[in-house]
Amino acid sequence: MDFILASLADGLLLGFIYGIAAMGLTLIWGVMNVINLAHGPIIALGMFTVYLLFTFLGIPPYLGVLLAAVFGLLLGIVIYVIAVQRVIDAPHLSSLLATFSVNMIIIGIGTAIFSTSPRNIDLQLWSISLGPVTLQGTRVVASFIAVLVTAGLYYFLYRTRQGKYIRAVANNRAAAELVGIPSNRVLALSFGIGAMLATIAGALIATFLPFNILAGGTYELKSFVIGVLGGLGNPVGALVGGLILGLLEGIVPTFTQTTWVPVIEFVLFVIILLVRPNGLFGAKQ
Amino acid sequence: MKTLKNHLGLITSLVIVILIAIAPIVSGNAASREVVFTILRAIVLASSLNILLGYTGYVSFGHIVFFGFGGYVGFYLITAQGQSLWVAMLAGGVVSGLLAYLLGKAILRLRGAYFALATIGVNEAVRAFINNFEPFGGPTGMTMNFSVYQEYGGAMKALEMSFYIMLVLALLVVVLSYVVRTSKFGLGLLAIREDEDAAEVMGVVAPDAKTWAFVLSAIFPGMVGALFFFKNGSVEPLDAFPLHTSIEMIVMVMLGGQGTVLGPILGAAGYQRMRGLLVTSPIFKNIQLAVSGGLLLLIVLFVPAGVIGWARQRWPKLRRVLQ
Amino acid sequence: MKRSFTILLALVLALSLVLAACQPKAPAATETSGGESGGETTAKTQTLVIGFTASQTGKYNVSSGRQVNGLNLWMKQINEAGGIKLSDGTVVTFKAVSYDDESNKDRVQELYTRLATEDNADLLISPYSSGLTAAAAVIAEQYGKVMLTTGAASDATYKQGYTKVFQMYTPASRYLTGAVDLLAKTDPSVKKVAFVYENSKFSTAVVEAAKEYAASKGYDVVLFEGYDPETTDFGPFINKIQDAGAEAILGGGHFQDGSAFARQLYEKNVPVKFVTLLVAPPEPDFADLGDAAVGIIGPSQWEPLAAFKPDFGPTGKEFEDAYMAAYSEEPSYHSAGGYAAGLVLEKAIRDADSTDPDAIKAALDNMDLTLFFGKIKFDTSPEAHGLQIGHSMIYIQWQKDGDKLGKQVVWPEDGATAEVLYPLH
Repeated sequence: MDFILASLADGLLLGFIYGIAAMGLTLIWGVMNVINLAHGPIIALGMFTVYLLFTFLGIPPYLGVLLAAVFGLLLGIVIYVIAVQRVIDAPHLSSLLATFSVNMIIIGIGTAIFSTSPRNIDLQLWSISLGPVTLQGTRVVASFIAVLVTAGLYYFLYRTRQGKYIRAVANNRAAAELVGIPSNRVLALSFGIGAMLATIAGALIATFLPFNILAGGTYELKSFVIGVLGGLGNPVGALVGGLILGLLEGIVPTFTQTTWVPVIEFVLFVIILLVRPNGLFGAKQ
Repeated sequence: MKTLKNHLGLITSLVIVILIAIAPIVSGNAASREVVFTILRAIVLASSLNILLGYTGYVSFGHIVFFGFGGYVGFYLITAQGQSLWVAMLAGGVVSGLLAYLLGKAILRLRGAYFALATIGVNEAVRAFINNFEPFGGPTGMTMNFSVYQEYGGAMKALEMSFYIMLVLALLVVVLSYVVRTSKFGLGLLAIREDEDAAEVMGVVAPDAKTWAFVLSAIFPGMVGALFFFKNGSVEPLDAFPLHTSIEMIVMVMLGGQGTVLGPILGAAGYQRMRGLLVTSPIFKNIQLAVSGGLLLLIVLFVPAGVIGWARQRWPKLRRVLQ
Repeated sequence: MKRSFTILLALVLALSLVLAACQPKAPAATETSGGESGGETTAKTQTLVIGFTASQTGKYNVSSGRQVNGLNLWMKQINEAGGIKLSDGTVVTFKAVSYDDESNKDRVQELYTRLATEDNADLLISPYSSGLTAAAAVIAEQYGKVMLTTGAASDATYKQGYTKVFQMYTPASRYLTGAVDLLAKTDPSVKKVAFVYENSKFSTAVVEAAKEYAASKGYDVVLFEGYDPETTDFGPFINKIQDAGAEAILGGGHFQDGSAFARQLYEKNVPVKFVTLLVAPPEPDFADLGDAAVGIIGPSQWEPLAAFKPDFGPTGKEFEDAYMAAYSEEPSYHSAGGYAAGLVLEKAIRDADSTDPDAIKAALDNMDLTLFFGKIKFDTSPEAHGLQIGHSMIYIQWQKDGDKLGKQVVWPEDGATAEVLYPLH
């Protein structure tokens, strides 16, 4: 029982981070039907932003998260303008390849600059022990920030003019343009926010797990699974999807070898794609 | 004579494959033979993928799963069952085709990006499964005793033989690709690419056609896998299912021109050559990935039809030659 | 403007395709050779080519780079000293030819074939890692080239019937057995051990041998589980370790996972007495973990602290100083392995008094010597030809001396520089 409790707590904490990592991917998909294959490298850039600010300028990691967010927003807009804008109405293959080439460019330059050696941010906070459960402070703080960011995103999308524009464009771009919404600008902003969520996730992960320039790839794959669990295009669903995945990763190892986790994850992923492509909570097709 | 003229596109493609392979055959130079082996492997993989991606428009992001799975089954037959390379290659092709058939029945219902995502999921699931599958050596994979090569006249001969088999596979896949493209079946596939619903109205049985295209595109990668790991002498999950190679295959098809017979050949050769040059050039060595990425972006944004597609639009007269 | 750009792009592409269709030429190789200062002007000079691939990019670039640094240092020294003089008056100098293998098996065979045929390499050194070496060994054997392997500890490669491949490192099967001995010596009351290891060729080979050894010594293996190479979160494993009530942990894999594992064990206050991890602890960067590093034990192929009395080549101190002077960083055991591989080749050529490949192979078969790196002796039985049987591991532990964190040798006893810190908690 102790064992299961401890595993549940670990999985849950990780789930919040997974959720926020997937949110950016699923937001971009929802607004413009583009699967951003540069998602992983953008997460990795978030990790490196915090790392570099902390190591060379001594900026505290949690302030670094904020700066990483700003960087992500700008980066996303730049990527949209250069690579995505022209192929937004082309077949899926074009946008997949365009974002994948951005992936290659970031990884290529990143490897040349940072090499692939592992990095670590030496941040030790408190640990709390509640009976059998030991919670690491860094993870608790990261989960808390993840919830705040989700709430912020929700507020932005439903309570602000820009957010409403985004939802309008996601719903029906042609109609949105007819009523005078500058759709290209809204799309650029959405891509920026998607990238921003990715860098925030990366920045938070960097505070408690080691990483290198290739580390984003794992979270990108998990984001696909989470996105499908929560329904592609549904940012809040992503948080729930993240929690489900986190719990799964906590619970599955309690009764089998941990290396079976990815088998279960990806089989589940394919099955959900087939059975409920709009996600567990989405409308049935 | 007339028939020859009708099949000018096929002849051009075959001649180009032979031209690519001619240097090591004439000179007997082992180093250039190895370089060409890598190029031929890329040609087989890219041309196979093209049957699905180019003709039906379905993007498989995990196509390497067939290479890895066929390779694993073939390698297992050679090392654990003492079978010959021929049996192993045949089996590799058959099991990959079978896997594609079963998968096709399930995931080809998905369209567009959903299908692409599902193929990534399949590749990861199979890799993770093999990683846990003890008969195939689990995470450490399998290795082959050096004495196996003795049956083929020693390692030297075995590696030379592998090259010629790869050449034959490359020629066969080109023929297959051409036959599919010019057949009625192929026309059905192209119709699916343009508009799947309309194609069904016109009488194309889309689910069957797609599934068979998927199967055809999986058989050769499976055979190449068995051959490749036989030559390599060992197989491991990470080498057998590299997601990035899947994506490189797509890049090669795009570079040359999707939906053409010649395109994937030139795309594969060009891409491998370019990477070879970048990797060994002192200036680009460190950022070769970024340079490849930049080039891909330019192609996607400005020449989405690829080299052959672009040439066919530019010079309509050449269409007969450039299939 | 747009149109002309499109045409230009197409031209560039077409050009690259034409290039592709032409006969592939050998790309420029990196060649390094030290100053060739032949002492006697009358002597005949023969330059032997040493070929290898290095992982200049990809996941192995750090370890591989150090290995190559070590080898190049040896080559520079021997060439500057005027090479090896044979009894017939021939002076042998060396030249290295290498390519980037991108830490990736795809091109290893292609590149080694090129080394063996185009570049006419006389001797080969393996790439870094057991996986890449397995692919290269096929080629070495096929072209009859002697290949010394460094950074390739897995035993399986040497059991495939090869005759020209020689291993510098202690093989995986003996990597952790010393840790079991150390534990038995330190605290005979401990019975429950957990093995948590990376699912890679190397680590699995290590723990399987160690598990068998531990079981034969009467240990109760309460957990035996692998993790995927890209694992960063060890929560599930830590929970399992606690659930199984393990008193000692053995395992690990490479640097990234090993250091993450150690850090999370510390953060979670896991009540174990003894932790030994592969590869990560001996690396100087492990110190970055701070308090989490204290008490962690790791097997090492070589340590600057270990004072072997070499009967050939420099002492450990001399090597360390020369390496520091050349690259201004501390040598790791990968560096030492690269340098020692050079020394072994040098010794083999001196013993053979010839550059004939068969004579060199015979000299390697008969070799039995002690270097600063430790003892070197190769298995010559047909089943496991080339397997290293002389060299053995030393075990280091991170300990705090006042406020200063440092490595101490704790095993074997005769080389120990400090008492083992025990128990951890």
